[in-house]
Amino acid sequence: MSTPVPRLALAGIGKAYPSVVANADIDLAVMPGEVHALLGENGAGKSTLMKIVYGVVQPDAGEIRWEGEPTVIATPADARRLGIGMVFQHFSLFETLTVAENVAIGLDEHASPRALAPRIVAVSHRYGLDVDPARPVYSLSVGERQRVEIVRALLGRPKLLILDEPTSVLTPQAAEALFVVLRQLSEEGVSILYISHKLEEIRALAARATVLRGGRVVATVDPRAESPAALARHMIGRELPPPVARAPHPVGPVRLAAAGLTLEPETPHGTRLEDVSFELRAGEILGIAGVSGNGQSELLAAISGERQAPSPAMLLLDGEPAGALGAGARRKHGLAYVPERRLGHATVPEMSLAENTLLTAHRRGLVQGGLVRRDAARQRAAETMKAFDVRAGGVNAAAESLSGGNLQKFVVGREVALAPKVLVVAQPTWGVDVGATAFIRAELVRLRDAGAAVLVVSEDLDELLEVSDRIAVLYRGRLTPPVDAAAHDAESIGLLMGGAHASA
Amino acid sequence: MLRLELRPAPSAAASLATPLVAIALTLVSGAILFAALGRDPAEGFRAFFVEPSSSAYGLAELMLKAGPLMLIGTGLAIGYRANVWNIGAEGQLVLGAIAGTGVALAFDESDSLLVLPGMFLAGALAGAAWAAIPAWLRTRFNANEILTSLMLVYIAQLLLSWLVHGPWRDPQGFNFPQSKLFAEAALLAPWFEGLRVTNAFLIAIAGVAIGWLVIERSFLGFRLRVSGEAPDAARYAGFDAKRAVWVGMLAGGLAAGIAGVAEVAGPVGQLTPNVSPGYGFAAIIAAFVGRLRPIGIVFASLLIALLYLGGESAQIALNLPAAITGVFQGMLLIYLLAADVLIRYRVRFGHRRARA
Amino acid sequence: MDFLVAIVVATVAAGTPLALAALGELVAEKSGVLNLGVEGMMLAGAVAGFAAAATTGNLWLGVACGVVAGIALSFVFAVAVVTLQANQVATGLALAIFGGGLSAFAGQPFVSRSIDGIRAAPLPLLGEIPVLGPLAFSFDPLVYVSLALFGAVAWFLWRTRAGLVLRAVGESPEVAHEVGYPVARIRYAATLFGGAMAGLAGAYLSLAYTPLWVEGLTAGRGWIALALVVFATWRPARVLAGAYLFGGVTVLQFHAQGFGVEVPSQLLSALPYIATIGVLVIISRDAAMVRLNAPASLGKPFHAGD
Repeated sequence: MSTPVPRLALAGIGKAYPSVVANADIDLAVMPGEVHALLGENGAGKSTLMKIVYGVVQPDAGEIRWEGEPTVIATPADARRLGIGMVFQHFSLFETLTVAENVAIGLDEHASPRALAPRIVAVSHRYGLDVDPARPVYSLSVGERQRVEIVRALLGRPKLLILDEPTSVLTPQAAEALFVVLRQLSEEGVSILYISHKLEEIRALAARATVLRGGRVVATVDPRAESPAALARHMIGRELPPPVARAPHPVGPVRLAAAGLTLEPETPHGTRLEDVSFELRAGEILGIAGVSGNGQSELLAAISGERQAPSPAMLLLDGEPAGALGAGARRKHGLAYVPERRLGHATVPEMSLAENTLLTAHRRGLVQGGLVRRDAARQRAAETMKAFDVRAGGVNAAAESLSGGNLQKFVVGREVALAPKVLVVAQPTWGVDVGATAFIRAELVRLRDAGAAVLVVSEDLDELLEVSDRIAVLYRGRLTPPVDAAAHDAESIGLLMGGAHASA
Repeated sequence: MLRLELRPAPSAAASLATPLVAIALTLVSGAILFAALGRDPAEGFRAFFVEPSSSAYGLAELMLKAGPLMLIGTGLAIGYRANVWNIGAEGQLVLGAIAGTGVALAFDESDSLLVLPGMFLAGALAGAAWAAIPAWLRTRFNANEILTSLMLVYIAQLLLSWLVHGPWRDPQGFNFPQSKLFAEAALLAPWFEGLRVTNAFLIAIAGVAIGWLVIERSFLGFRLRVSGEAPDAARYAGFDAKRAVWVGMLAGGLAAGIAGVAEVAGPVGQLTPNVSPGYGFAAIIAAFVGRLRPIGIVFASLLIALLYLGGESAQIALNLPAAITGVFQGMLLIYLLAADVLIRYRVRFGHRRARA
Repeated sequence: MDFLVAIVVATVAAGTPLALAALGELVAEKSGVLNLGVEGMMLAGAVAGFAAAATTGNLWLGVACGVVAGIALSFVFAVAVVTLQANQVATGLALAIFGGGLSAFAGQPFVSRSIDGIRAAPLPLLGEIPVLGPLAFSFDPLVYVSLALFGAVAWFLWRTRAGLVLRAVGESPEVAHEVGYPVARIRYAATLFGGAMAGLAGAYLSLAYTPLWVEGLTAGRGWIALALVVFATWRPARVLAGAYLFGGVTVLQFHAQGFGVEVPSQLLSALPYIATIGVLVIISRDAAMVRLNAPASLGKPFHAGD
């Protein structure tokens, strides 16, 4: 018999958590040198499955075979010994350590950082992954950090390389460069397990794809033989919702403007904002694109009032200097904000939805004589939940008990219910399922049609192209002049995100 | 093997049950401790818990000791909810006692009804002022309030020591380091002849009631809680972090200052070097065991007061050092904090993976 | 000359318990564990050391018992905060209170006992070098032990792979877990080392520095040690320098009256506490610098989630 033995074969893998079944009865096989895609939407169980393969999480059921042999992968060190390398989505790097120290700590051979440096340089040259072993990780851009992760994995001479949503932090051009590396590795015989929810990428890269939905395998297909629509049907179980309908809309007066906004970073490794200027008008959506770490958090803090600008006139709300106002005062002027981090920033994790409503709506009759009107808060929370289809165990459910999509709908709903003149939204659909994503994007457009000024900061270019009227790019703390979204595509905006000069 | 499983949401039932678990564990450990010291555990418990609470005198003493604990504990809880760690209540209490004494000595000849209110006012302000130092150092210089407030305890005690050894030493006091006995107008009258409980207990109850309103019902309390549980969310909502530090520190300082006056104007009747039997620290335990909620703190304070009386009675009945009270207090708090794991996690025993 | 030697020896002796306790806390904090119970662990070490020495007459057995007592208390702490995820600040306070109560209780029978403590003595040969000998080689043996420990810890943290892993755990337990390191075990080890050092520091106080036992013998030194770690921005050499600086402040109070300074003794006694507040203010003013140096996960519980 000459059937080749799969490098990795999973049979009947299952993993349940108290509140959710993450994986059930999963079969999957990866051949030597194969690029195998694992496709599924947020919450489908992809990450849990990969953590099982890498030994971070232990399965409750099923069998893992490595090159034909049943194997228990109890720890990441076990996985690396077998020849499995992993590139995490959020990067498993220590910020204050240098590149070489990070590599040393992630390898099982006891090599000193100094001894590793030449080997790091050698590997990085071979694959065109430029990294400097002596630099501390905090000084690296997101793309550079990913290169460090890949170099570290490659130094372990992997036979199987797992990448979890590797392009979510890359510009289209950088993603293209990554694909070149992956193809080179595959030709050298390295198996690649590529996790993504981006259909186009998978069609460009993989010969086989396993599709997960609700923690189960729903299909194993050749993605190049399937249409994107068919892949999407597998992935979400129904038709992909159409992009939100967005008719041209007349704009009104300038609601929010930045004029030469300059701000020092607050954290040691933050980004300095330099001379950021834009105008946001009533009835339009301005998208701010950019790879994270280019000043997004600083810009959002400066606009929301969580930090004050050095001069009041650097930020104008309805033409009035607002740079010196705090977050509460700006909210009084009609500004609402949906931060990126849902738990711990947009909401207090342990507090109920009713209490979390109070967080930003306390001026709307929820406080009387210094005391909280608890019934009114509960009622308001219930209204938000109804209007935004938030599924949770009632208004007394703790914020942290909600799924990502439901909590995001709650937060967006809470802010929209304030009837803001200006709504600032960061990463509106990050980690949110397809249904909630479509809902939230439609809501943003509806708000714009109702005459609000909406600012969307997102790393997801497709999202920005879908909802925005104009798009500007934030790069190393500077903002390019906005361009007309209808006249651009991901490719041309992507160039700006990588630091190319604005051409339009 | 013990292993923890995150609950989908914190358990409210466990949150009420863990103090009881902690009390039970403390009692079991206490029994073991008594046995190890060669004392009959049953007799130990009788001395510790039954003896003190079975007489009118005992009950009055219980109220006398529980009063300052619940008052200070509630004040501290306001801060702790905001993640403002005032652990210097002992020093703030001493400052309250000193300021109250200052007023009492200054109006030694007066029989005005205003002397006592004046003492309480001065004590409250002094306690708050002592707490304001770490608040200012934290908001202005970012200095850790845990360490500064604690250092100020030592400084307060040295200040007290200097006063009773120096300027305020009673000239007719046989050279003992203590102030003159207070005049009638500067003393709280006992409710009953022979019992020491006074109106200070009512002041404590009133303080707890105000604390309850602030913590459980007010928007101020909500803001403090947000500051403590999720500082970024507080910043997002526009709640002032510095104000949370000030309110949190001053609440504890005010309460401790008032308690300090109640000590010198009540059971002690003068300023002595050991004016507080550690109420400022024990109140920290009361605050936690009471779940940082005033009603819980009332019960926790009664329990800790009982431990104080039990320590005294164990000294007499069992010939054990009264310091055993501190052992019980510390054990109670450690058990409680460890048992709190049940609020967020389910504890499972056995292996993490049932092999298929 | 003799006076200078006396001052130096006294300064080092006063600084050594602070240095030891702070060194242990530094290692624990580098792994991300904030143990505010140093004062309690020192008291336990002091009373255990004194009791053992007073009962058996063997000073070194006393030192060992002090270390064991410190480890025992830090183990309780580690179980609570590492395994059971308890709040580190509150549990540290609890440990401080518990250690205080326990030591007062257990130490009652020893309050008025006296022992012949560990003495400073010139080292053979080295101690006979003129000037340098009396200044550098005439301390008690534990001082040399403490210096060796400082060297060993600095070497361990910055020159060994295990030290790199420990720092990495303090920086991000999540990442360390993902890369495959046993976060809980490493934090246990660091916490227990902190307890051992606090116990040793306590034993030094009751066996060499005073040598006697009274309730509350440490008089806040455990808390000052905590401040020293911040003051030193988590660097051993600076911890040592800071500890001797505080030793100097302590010695100053004994000698100030000798110089004819007319101030109340209480004010002099308050100097170390005032100085602690002072250094905290000075170092904390630069919030960015503290944040840059503090272990990023300090005080935050970590649960592997599986």
